[in-house]
Parts: sequence; structure tokens; C-alpha cells
Amino acid sequence: MSKIANAFQNGKAFIGFLTAGDPTIDKTVEYILAMEEAGCDLIEIGIPFSDPMAEGVVIQDANVRALKHNTTTDDVFDIVRRVRLQTDVPLVFLTYINPVFFYGYEKFFKRCNELGIDGIISPDLPYEEKGEIAEIAKKNDVDVISLIAPTSKERIQMIAGEASGFIYVVSSLGVTGMRSEIKTDLGAIISDIRDVTDIPVAVGFGINTPDQAREIGNIADGVIVGSAIVKIIEENGENATEALKDYVSSMKKASNE
Amino acid sequence: MSKGRYGEYGGQYISETLMNELLYLEEQYNHYMNDPDFVEELNTLLKEYAGRPSLLYYAERMTEDLGGAKIYLKREDLNHTGAHKINNVLGQVLLAKKMGKTRVIAETGAGQHGVATATAAALLDMECEVFMGEVDTKRQALNVYRMELLGAKVHSVKSGTKTLKDAVNDAFRDWIARVHDTNYVIGSTMGPHPFPMIVRDFQAVISAEAREQFLEKEGRLPDAVIACVGGGSNAMGAFYNFIEDEDVKLIGCEAGGKGIDTPYNAAALTNGKIGIFHGMKSIFNQGDYGQIAPVYSVSAGLDYPGVGPEHAYLRDTGRAEYVPITDEEAVNAFEYLSRMEGIIPAIESAHAVAYAMQLAPTMDKDEIIMVCLSGRGDKDVRSIAEYRGVDLNE
Repeated sequence: MSKIANAFQNGKAFIGFLTAGDPTIDKTVEYILAMEEAGCDLIEIGIPFSDPMAEGVVIQDANVRALKHNTTTDDVFDIVRRVRLQTDVPLVFLTYINPVFFYGYEKFFKRCNELGIDGIISPDLPYEEKGEIAEIAKKNDVDVISLIAPTSKERIQMIAGEASGFIYVVSSLGVTGMRSEIKTDLGAIISDIRDVTDIPVAVGFGINTPDQAREIGNIADGVIVGSAIVKIIEENGENATEALKDYVSSMKKASNE
Repeated sequence: MSKGRYGEYGGQYISETLMNELLYLEEQYNHYMNDPDFVEELNTLLKEYAGRPSLLYYAERMTEDLGGAKIYLKREDLNHTGAHKINNVLGQVLLAKKMGKTRVIAETGAGQHGVATATAAALLDMECEVFMGEVDTKRQALNVYRMELLGAKVHSVKSGTKTLKDAVNDAFRDWIARVHDTNYVIGSTMGPHPFPMIVRDFQAVISAEAREQFLEKEGRLPDAVIACVGGGSNAMGAFYNFIEDEDVKLIGCEAGGKGIDTPYNAAALTNGKIGIFHGMKSIFNQGDYGQIAPVYSVSAGLDYPGVGPEHAYLRDTGRAEYVPITDEEAVNAFEYLSRMEGIIPAIESAHAVAYAMQLAPTMDKDEIIMVCLSGRGDKDVRSIAEYRGVDLNE
């Protein structure tokens, strides 16, 4: 069974995202460990990219900060190596496909396997293109996480039918970023997914308050938060540990209320 | 593998949120292109509004001066709005309207595609917003004002390198939030399928006309077709109906900037590597670890770190060849054509003119070159003056 399933054994999962190398490589290691300690059940590590097309301003800026001091794919692997010395928390990469393609699929997924990366989320690799990496990822025990959007409609069955790890439901149209209100009928989407598969469903995009986490926790198996965490790192720079811990524990708690 | 492949290139590498919309766009496109009423309406717009067919002009003085092959200019600069961009835009905006959309968005580099989209949106009564890199809004300020006059809203894009690729990023970011009422009118033969196909088909009118015009004027096809390549839409349009004619050489001119051995160029097919970006697998200028590289060209319209997937395929199969042209060569050609023929070309098109100036003298006098003069150069006068150190403000 996929190690990602472990993330969903402890009540509703809280999934946190940060961008590797923001503000520094050392701090990313420290923040991942702090988030895990505060209750993150799974952590998404963003590999910085020059052109993060699916991101809103907060995560775009984090990519810029990480690339300003040349955070490379090898640096990101090194972060994982250091984190793995201290924890087994499920880890997935959030990455645009070009850095993976450029690194070489074989080499990239072999590294993932060696270091214990459990999954990959690629916002520019829809169902039609997942053949790029499906076999190599599988061979290396890396789950390719499928995304389902408010516009997916009849595609849900096809996507969910082949999903592995967990399903990432995109809560809203648009790019990543904190939203005050989520209007999509998530219940209907999740119910369509449930018709096809029992794989865990986590919802992300826009979620930032405990109230929203509570609401999502009531209908899904997991709550994903990115921009709000990245914003805490942006505001606190190298001193974000305590703020991150406070935030993560409050969100983990709310997700299970 | 997904649809829309040119060999290994192309595809649909895009957010799940947009997938259904792309599938719908393709279905609607196929539907309307088989609808005689739609085709008639579009052809009428191209003829009565854009001024097609564009002239195939024999550049006699240039031919005599260079002393080799006969040079013909396909005068896309004479289209309404001054460039080939209108061909594609009329098709895409009309399609958007038929699809029930009320709003169109576009990216623009030099501003020509933005102006064309704003124009078609005004004509067809659609809301229009254009994304343009902050750097480009400065070097093409006149086009920004032109778009505003036409009723469009122009967003100055401040992310990344603040040029064309970043404008594309922001246009996609806008579209993903408003797929219901908005079509993204992409300006070149790039992006996820079906865009490279749609844009090529709408631009193919260039070579369809040229083919007939050559048969009429010369009783034969040209020996070489030369066009500039940024994303590659005027080149795809100029090449397309000659692809089967294997004796017609197809040559694309990329932005060599300050030289292909310097970091200051945008010659993807010369310096780039295969990658996946902006929805397509193609050739991109990229640094170590696959970060998309900042590129440079004197020409805002060629200042793009990649190329459309069909060009990558034409290169690999050897059907077309691609050559870099430096800023200096392009500026010289800009001035040369102005003086020799009384035609001020767009600095983008001047890249193609520059290669014709190199190629023609090496060919026989009974051979023929077609240069796709993709746009007019009014918009570039200020930046060329700057390039030459002339201060127009004094």
C-alpha cells in the first residue's frame, strides 16, 4: 500500500505546502520538520520554477525568492535527504513538469525512490499527458497525484478511476491563493469521486482559515493549505518556526472538528 | 499520448481546470470550420475589413541591388492593423462569439497581436483585456495607447522577466479563473492543442494566397520562403501550403539578438533544448535544471524563449531550416528596405529581410525568394532611433 495512505490514518489529514529554498535550504528543512511536529500529516515540497503558471502572487513570489539564490533540483533532493534523517512523514513534490523532464525522468524518479519521496503533483500534467511519467513513477513507488477541478465534470470518473495516493480536488477556478469564500459544490464533486474510488480525497486552493478547514474537513479526507503557509514564511523570513507551528496545529485541529 | 502532436512535439500540458475548455474549443472549432456560413462570414471579414488578399509585391530595386534571385514581398504589413496578426484574430474572436463567450483576452509582445485582438473585439462587440510585459509596454507605448483607444484594458505584467513569456503566463492565469465567459485568443502557433493548429490554420491564408499569386505572376512556385520566427505564426502561415512542395525551401529567421554566443538572444531552435512549457512540448531556451531562460531581442515580437511545436518538428524532419539573425543585421535590413523600396518593415519582419539580403546574391537570377513581410514598422521607429543613438525628444 502507498505510504501516502498513512497520512489519512490520523483523522482528517492536514496537508501543508512550502516552496523549497524559501527563504533558504536550511530553513526549508527546519520548517518541514516543524510542520510535521505541529501536526502536518503530509507535506508538499514545491520545486521552484521560473514560470509557475498555476500559482497566485504569494507562491509566485516564493518561487522568485528561492530561485534568487539558485535553489536547484539537486538542492531540493538534498533537503529531502536531510528531512528523511529525522522523519517518515509522507512527502510529495509539487513541481511543474519541465524541471522533471530536464533532469531526466529515470534519474528523477530513481532519486525520489532512494530518498523516500512518496508522490508527485504536477499542475501541468493532466490525465491526457500522464503517460510522460506514469510507468517510471510507478516503477519507483512514487504516486502520481491526480487533480480534479470544478470544471472536470464527466472527466471525474476517468481521472478518479486511475488515481493513486490521494486525489487533489481543486476548490475553485483560478490560480492558487487565499480566498475568503469557496463557492464550488465540493460535495457533489467528492460524491462523484466516491462513486468510482475509495482513495482519499483532499481539497486545496484558497483555504486559509480554521473555519474553512473545518468546513472542508467535514466533507473531505484532507485539507491542503499552501499560500497561507508560504505567506507566514514570507512575513517571518528565517524566524517562522513558531508561527508555522501555531498555524499548522490550529488548522489540523479545525480540520477535525 | 494526447492529441495535437507534431512528431513528439505539441500536446496538452496544462491545468486540469482548462482541459474541458480546450476539448470544447477544439470541438467548436471543428464544427464551425465545417459550417459554410461561418467560413463565409470569416472570409468576408478578411476581405472587406482586413483587406485581403494581401499583395505579392516584386521588390525590383532590392532584387537589382542584390544581384541574385528575384525577391517578392508578401505584404502582410498592408493588412488592417498593420500585421499578419489580424488573420488569426478575426478567426478566433469570431469563433469565441459563436461559442457564446462575451470576453476575450490576449498576450502581446510587440503589441501587434494585442492591437489586432482589441480591434476584432471592438468590431465584434466583445470585452477585451490584453496582457503585456511591463518592459514591452515601455518599448511599445504607442501600441498600449492604441489598444486603449480601441476599448481594451491593458495589464502591465510585472512578474518574471516582464516580457512576452510572462504575459502568456498571466493570460493563462486569467483564463483559468474565467473559463466560462472568456476565450484566450492566443497570438502564435504555440500553447496547448488545439491552439497551434487553430492559429496555423487561420494564418495559412498567407501561403494559400501566395501560391496562387506566384502561379499567376511567375507560372511557378518560389524557390525559397523566408519568414521571421518568434512563436512562429507568420512563418507557419507562410510555410504551410508549401510544405508538400519539396522544391520550395522553407527558412525561419530567429532573433539572434547580440549574438548566439552571448546570453542576449532568443534563438530557441539554435540554442534551445527540448522541454515542456506553456502547454506544449517543444524547444525552449532554458538554463540548468530546466528553468526557462530570460531571452533578449531588439524585437519585442520575437522576444520569446521558445517556438511553436510544428516548427520544432519541421526542423527535426529537415523540411525547414532556421537561422539566427542578429539585432544589427535586422536593423540594417530595416533601414535598407525603407530606403530601397520605401517600405518600413516591422523589426520582426526585418529579420526575414536580412536573411533574404544574404541569400539572394548566392542564388541565380531566375530563382525566386518570397519574404513574408509580416508587419509594418511604424511601431519600431522610436526604438530603432534609440538603437542608432538618435534622441527623438530633442
